Amino acid sequence: MPALNRAVVVGASLAGLHAAQALRRQGFDGELTLVGDEPHYPYDRPPLSKDFLAGPVDADKLRLRPAADPDALGVRWLLGRRAVGLSLSEPSGGEVLLDDGGAVGFDGLVVATGARPRALPGAPDGAAGLHVLRSLDDALRLREALDAGPSRVVVIGFGFIGAEVAATARARGLEVTVLEAAQAPLARVLDAQAGMAVADLHRGHGVDVRLGADVTGFTMHGGAVSGVELGDGTTIDAEVVVVGIGVTPNTGWLDGVAGLTLDDGLVADDTCLAAPGIVAAGDVARWPNPRFGRFMRVEQWDNAVEMGGYAGRRLLAWSRGESVEPFAPVPWFWSDQYDRKIQLAGVPGPEVAMAQGTLAEQRFVRVYHRDGVVVGALCWNRPRQAIQARDLVGREAPLGEALQVLG
Amino acid sequence: MRVVVDFDLCESNAVCMGIAPEVFEVRDDDLLYVLNETPGPELHERVRQAVERCPKQAIRLEED
Repeated sequence: MPALNRAVVVGASLAGLHAAQALRRQGFDGELTLVGDEPHYPYDRPPLSKDFLAGPVDADKLRLRPAADPDALGVRWLLGRRAVGLSLSEPSGGEVLLDDGGAVGFDGLVVATGARPRALPGAPDGAAGLHVLRSLDDALRLREALDAGPSRVVVIGFGFIGAEVAATARARGLEVTVLEAAQAPLARVLDAQAGMAVADLHRGHGVDVRLGADVTGFTMHGGAVSGVELGDGTTIDAEVVVVGIGVTPNTGWLDGVAGLTLDDGLVADDTCLAAPGIVAAGDVARWPNPRFGRFMRVEQWDNAVEMGGYAGRRLLAWSRGESVEPFAPVPWFWSDQYDRKIQLAGVPGPEVAMAQGTLAEQRFVRVYHRDGVVVGALCWNRPRQAIQARDLVGREAPLGEALQVLG
Repeated sequence: MRVVVDFDLCESNAVCMGIAPEVFEVRDDDLLYVLNETPGPELHERVRQAVERCPKQAIRLEED
């Protein structure tokens, strides 16, 4: 059996932190190193587009609880260091190469490097007024820009980050325009009708929503962004532009490493094992979820917690030669916009049925199914039903039962 | 074990109810109710999971 004396977790956010915690809880007493490219101890990201952006919340309040006392976890923290490469040994183990020229040796590795905002081609990177939102530093910068009372905020991309930023900026009394290239918001996540309900929610709060919008360029004034140009020849003047068009998994440091497969993430097996002694967790990981019979890469809070914990246990099981159950979660996430709590349990399916309410009421339970088997549910201001739906998806319940339970 | 919920933080995401319905219930008024503040040992493991999975870190435990 492979000796596991040194474990390294690369990525010191939610998934990495839970992987480290799980290793310790399961009795790993060797050397444990947590590498993070940000200078901060692990913090919670969901508030960055909500409460934290809304007003004066102290950044210390965002600290993730398992890291409340960083010394108590029994890890060596390497913060503010970026992993830039990986060198593998036979049959397992190796070294993580760091941006300061250093290296950390390991017998077992957890890859939890997350994802970064996708850049908009042609956008003036680094220009004042142009923002993305992923990290605490991004949020501090954007909050300061909103504090200055810009005449208009333009959000490019109507995904969940864009939607939440728009809602928060609007709640601050700012004029907001959201530009989305597709014909419906959230097209990657929801069916088109439900996406349009999100557009209606924002329009009802006075947001200028433009679908099918073709961003062709930016106007600049004194080195700062001053507006966004559209394909129809119009320009929208804005002092703050937030680009939220999705994320790219952080796998650059693994490029060309023999034995690893990179394909929109680090590809792992159904137990999150990417190679002997190397497990993947969180936003960076792509694995075949046996419950849905397909590869998934899930960019969600709850998945990062669950998959991080699983990854820690998986690594120990590998070292002990034990088998483990596949990682087969039912995805679940929430988004808060204005006074609506939007939750999706499972995945959208080809067919829909309303268990209660209507899209127009903005309080409903919308069930997704395939051939009469429940695969997901979208709930607006129906948190109890969202969690019940998660259970129904997990049990592959028939539609009739779901409509009864959730109705 | 005593379950303490910070209701200023709680947003009724109902994750806790999914994990330990004997202890946590979100009702149709969208509010969380703690059904049993001092759950027995057979529930401790799941209550700890509920604490961990709360997206608002709104639940804490006072161990005996």
